[in-house]
Amino acid sequence: MGEFEVHRVRFFGLVPAGVRCLAWQPRSARLALARTDGTVEIYNFAANYFQEKVIPGHDARSVEALCWAGADRLFGAGLGGAVTEYDLARLGTSCSVDGGGGPIWSMAANGSGTRLVIGCEDGSIKLFQVVPGGIQFERNLDRRKGRILCLSWHPSDSHIAAGSIDILRVLDVCSGQTVQRIMVNYHVQKVQRECVVWSVVFLASSTIVTSDSFGRVQFWDWQQGTLVESHTVSTSSALSLAVSEKEDSIIVGTSTGATYQLQLLPVRVGSLEKRWVRTKPFQHHTHDVRAVVHSGTALISGGLDAQLVIRSLMEKVQKKGYEAALRKFTFPHRRLVSCARKARLLLFQFTQHLELWRLGSTDKTGKDGEVLPLRSMPEHLVQLKSKGPEHIYCSCVSPCGSWIAYSTASRFHLYRLQYEGDSISIAKVPKVPKLLLPAYQLQFAADSGSLFVASAQGAVHILQLLEPGGCKHLHTLRPPSETPEAIYLLAVSADGHWVAAVGGDWAIHVYSLKCFKHHCTVPTYSCAVTALAIHPVTNNLVIAYADQQLFEFSIPEQQYTAWSRMVQNCGLHRLWLERDTHITHITFNPKNPSHILLHDVYMFCVLDKSLPLPDNSALLLNQSTLKQLPETARQRQLHAFKICKKFQPLLFADLLDENCLVVVERPVMDIKTQLPLPVQQKKFGT
Amino acid sequence: MAALCESFTLCGLGPGVGVGVGQGGGLLALEPGPEPDHVLLTDRGRTATLFKVSDQKPLGCWSVKHRQIITCPVVCNFETHEYVAVHDDKVLRIWKNQDINLDKVFKATLSADVYRIHSVPNGGPVVLFRGGGVRTLDVLLEAPQQEIENIISDEVIKWSEAFMEGQQHVLMFTTEKDGDFFVYVQKLKTNSLHKYKLEQQELSKPTGFTAYIKNRIITLLCLYSSDSVYKVLIPLQQNTEDEQQTLPTSLLLNLSVSGSVLKATSFVVLDKDHVAVLGSLAASGEESKECLTIWNTKFQTLQTSKELPLGTSGQLWCYEEKFFFTHGKVLTVMMYKCETASLAAAVGKLKGSQTPDVSSFVDWNTLGDEELVASPESQPSVALKSESRMTLRSKRNTVAKVQPDTLSVGQRLLKLKDVSTTVFEEELRQLMSKAQMPDFQATIGCVVTALVNRCKTNPKYYPQNLLLQIVQTRDLSYSLCPDLMAIALEKKDVHLLQICLQRFPDIPEEITYACLQVFLSISEACLQRTDVNLESITSYIDTEFDNKEVKTEIVENGFNAELEQDICDSKSPEETRVLTDGESCPVGLQKAALLNAVLRSAYSETFILPHLKNLPAQQAVLFLRYLYYLYVKCSEKINTALPGTQSPTINQIMDWMCLLLDAHFTVMVMLPEAKELLSKLHKFVRAQVRFYSELNKIEGSLHELQRLNHQKDCQTYSIEVLELI
Repeated sequence: MGEFEVHRVRFFGLVPAGVRCLAWQPRSARLALARTDGTVEIYNFAANYFQEKVIPGHDARSVEALCWAGADRLFGAGLGGAVTEYDLARLGTSCSVDGGGGPIWSMAANGSGTRLVIGCEDGSIKLFQVVPGGIQFERNLDRRKGRILCLSWHPSDSHIAAGSIDILRVLDVCSGQTVQRIMVNYHVQKVQRECVVWSVVFLASSTIVTSDSFGRVQFWDWQQGTLVESHTVSTSSALSLAVSEKEDSIIVGTSTGATYQLQLLPVRVGSLEKRWVRTKPFQHHTHDVRAVVHSGTALISGGLDAQLVIRSLMEKVQKKGYEAALRKFTFPHRRLVSCARKARLLLFQFTQHLELWRLGSTDKTGKDGEVLPLRSMPEHLVQLKSKGPEHIYCSCVSPCGSWIAYSTASRFHLYRLQYEGDSISIAKVPKVPKLLLPAYQLQFAADSGSLFVASAQGAVHILQLLEPGGCKHLHTLRPPSETPEAIYLLAVSADGHWVAAVGGDWAIHVYSLKCFKHHCTVPTYSCAVTALAIHPVTNNLVIAYADQQLFEFSIPEQQYTAWSRMVQNCGLHRLWLERDTHITHITFNPKNPSHILLHDVYMFCVLDKSLPLPDNSALLLNQSTLKQLPETARQRQLHAFKICKKFQPLLFADLLDENCLVVVERPVMDIKTQLPLPVQQKKFGT
Repeated sequence: MAALCESFTLCGLGPGVGVGVGQGGGLLALEPGPEPDHVLLTDRGRTATLFKVSDQKPLGCWSVKHRQIITCPVVCNFETHEYVAVHDDKVLRIWKNQDINLDKVFKATLSADVYRIHSVPNGGPVVLFRGGGVRTLDVLLEAPQQEIENIISDEVIKWSEAFMEGQQHVLMFTTEKDGDFFVYVQKLKTNSLHKYKLEQQELSKPTGFTAYIKNRIITLLCLYSSDSVYKVLIPLQQNTEDEQQTLPTSLLLNLSVSGSVLKATSFVVLDKDHVAVLGSLAASGEESKECLTIWNTKFQTLQTSKELPLGTSGQLWCYEEKFFFTHGKVLTVMMYKCETASLAAAVGKLKGSQTPDVSSFVDWNTLGDEELVASPESQPSVALKSESRMTLRSKRNTVAKVQPDTLSVGQRLLKLKDVSTTVFEEELRQLMSKAQMPDFQATIGCVVTALVNRCKTNPKYYPQNLLLQIVQTRDLSYSLCPDLMAIALEKKDVHLLQICLQRFPDIPEEITYACLQVFLSISEACLQRTDVNLESITSYIDTEFDNKEVKTEIVENGFNAELEQDICDSKSPEETRVLTDGESCPVGLQKAALLNAVLRSAYSETFILPHLKNLPAQQAVLFLRYLYYLYVKCSEKINTALPGTQSPTINQIMDWMCLLLDAHFTVMVMLPEAKELLSKLHKFVRAQVRFYSELNKIEGSLHELQRLNHQKDCQTYSIEVLELI
């Protein structure tokens, strides 16, 4: 097929923020995750664990606790002292109410989702009512000294357990009085250190489970105030606890990165007497596991090492296969890199700044696997710092490299870059049109003449870029039916005639740019779109879905192409479907219309439509085999998927020209070195 | 390893059924039942019974009417859980568990005589007719009166078996006509029939067959009347309809044990390496005893056996790791264990087979005697017998034929029994000088055994040179002449022992220990006079003795300095003399060479440890001293290997040192003279440990450097060439 000159870039210094808290919504199988930088992400487990929504963080809005109230309302609270409701359609905050008790350390919603309780720095425990459009302060419960670090409702909503330093309290919701007060260290002689109750779970039986900084998981009879069982699971803190719905299994996260499962098991086979037994240890993290969730079938943990780990419980899975495999997510499911193909520039998006790099070059050629000598080194051209506390939603560099645009929650910035020899001048474009902000995705037209801004309510704004440095609002495209969901992916055709947009409702709308009107909607496929792109020659829209399916939709003909139908008939290779990361970028080779270039975190693939699809018996990853075969034998072995797994973890890959690729890797080791040291553990033999 | 476990009675048998091979006796067949642990027993009359084996109780019993006879064993259709039987050759009956009266169940009269019905798991039953025609039951039931072709004209079916290969039935059967045997393989789905002719064996005919299928190859094992098992491979792939092929047979197993021949009546395959044979063991001059035996075909050894004094019907079945056979008037179930065959297991069992049942014919020590005492009638099998024992080392694919040469070997040896020693030796030399006969090793084995036997009978006779010559030049093994080393031990012939230790791959630990003990106990003065192969020591001890006075401490690894320091720090100068003492070899040259032979021999820790415990304390200390000396010697060189071809490796030295310390821990603690040695040893080992821990540190740093280097390779930016095909 050919040789590529691959620019292998490893200087994108992305360090994903650690996971601070998790909230599981069983009804819609969604997991809300908050990171230490305040970012809130929603993972849709039904859509193959796709990270479908990201609400960028805010410096003043740390999130210490997340909870779902009712079916789809998500609340967060943090050290800023406010309880915030998130707008999951517009990917922002919808309302914020000050708790009035200083920094908030903990929050919990009751079973029916009608009330929230928050625990504050000053020791107050406040009850809020969830009302349409926000929350309403209801009352203060009995206040004692000491920050409230964790809270849990009794499943009947009658009592609340609150964990503090050295103390565990049980409060009656009706009277607001403390009905039980347990000194967690009472029975330990001569304890010098204070014992922090990091997490508490109220079980339906009169048992409260706590995990504390001594590494203990303790079971208390709250009515008697007595300790029933105590399990020391770790020498360092046991930070987080979660219980299964049936209350027969508990997961504990510790600061050594290990998680443990405790199960309520009969003492003997057939015996009615049951005890909590520590059953399974897992070491998936290297750092503190600050948040754990026990879904019906899996243990989910998030650590300060920025990893989200989903481990299926084998006894709960019907068939042991791909579904039950361990999932680890470290990188976002969207791209943070944009590429100016013509100018050979890369724009990296960080939480609060952008970096523009120029790629190096070489004048040599070589054989497969060779590293070519560099004629020029890559160059860090510009670092753009976003002012204010808001984090960046999206960014883009134009194909010619002379425009950079980015957006935060409330502001949109457009810059004009001029290159004169080695020097660069950067000028902010003044008076950008007042748009419906934030922008969720930005995309320049292929000729760099216009900018497409994905916006809320399914709208796409078109800005015309003017020389030498201006812009004006040209048009706003809107879907035929109103939707509250924001657009999160855009694709523009190379000829400038079409733009495709995907919203949070997963509907793909195609607009004609000649007459600025809605052209068609791609038939609904009930899965999240992870990437899409329009073919420069045929104007076919290639769509990658979270379930790893690929579709090709002809925009001019408004129907799926014959190839796409063929793919659906034959089915994709099993190994392709069982990949556990999503396609995040699709691009094409203009010189070879039958090629589609796709990539996920662990592979890069050139899909050659002219070749037969591999069936399940064929070897999907056949490149190394092919290389060993003589030319004549190769022909029979060729199939459509040419997969390269050399570059990992792959954050971005794009074709600069016909046979020049750029890949952006972020080695996990590089991230690890940026993390603080983990808790020192004595390892055998060291 | 294979072992027979306890047996139990499944059921008593009626008067007509009892012992005795013949048309009247025995059972018709035993077939697997519808579920695991169930068997279907069909007697040679009117009755079929379903048993649950572990409960030893019948679950159902069905009989045909008086004057009808079940002519084909009842089988279970595993798909429908129905039972199928044929009585009076043509009448097919099908019934279910709940049916009681066979008169009222489904009945179909067929147009031809049925030979056998085979039921295969995952495939329906297949009916084989006497004329060689084959139908699946389903096809047959569609038109019971359909015409059945006669394929085999006047051949008679001797045996048949069915398999599933992939999705299709494969049925094979053997026929006989005028002493010629034919094998038919029929694939039902493709309806292809292959006929093969079995290669004829001289003077013997196949009496029993069994077969299994693996990797699309059918392995047919044939029991021949010459008391041997032959193997025939029949590939399934063949599609060409070429003419009748002759199948080559290869000898798999000789059923002879130390002079007695197992007259096999039936056999079954247990796994790829084991077969079980039921037969009567006819030792010369004794009454024959029936017994059940398990043989290892890989090593051609008898693994275990069980005498069956009450007699059997000569039939043997095997399902789910259980044997079924009639023993006396009952149907007996015997469980067995069969593990993967390994040489160690095979040999180990042979050594350990001292159970009274077995010892009567696998006592290796009595082997030589029997061979020579054996009556002339059994002489032709001498070669074969010895072969069956020595195939441990020899590869044999050739068909063993009774060689006139070897025949004469046996006879000659027998004749030589009483001649004078000189004539005897001369004859033996002549025998050995015979060019490469096919069973040359067998002959050598016989010769050595003859020699040894002569030594035994005549205590004054010991042909050391002849024995040495044989051992040195021929590829003997311990198992071929087990008494040789015993005699040598008795005579304290250390040179022969040394050569044996070097040459024999399969010396039992007991003998290895005995050698060690002899070597350690024999006086140096005595050794001075004997001729011992010094090859293993010359390269490092010789110089030592010469330069003892001028020897300077060579410090190559750095630990010696430390060691010296340790001692110098704590002890007075006279103690350093002790060190140099320790540095000199504690035993004489000859003894060292002999000990090296022991060190280099193969052994198993578990087996040698109990023997080693018996070593007298003084000898243990001496041995340890020598090991310590070797250890120090080894460590002097950076590659921790002693020079020379036969010298022991550091690992062997360390292993023996550990073994010795393990075996004599308490003795070493108590013995005053061991104290000093142990403390020296400890210091030396400690110094070594320190040295290696330093190395460990360096390794860590080097590894880190390597890693850094490697990281440099993966720079933050590179342009690479990638080829996609």
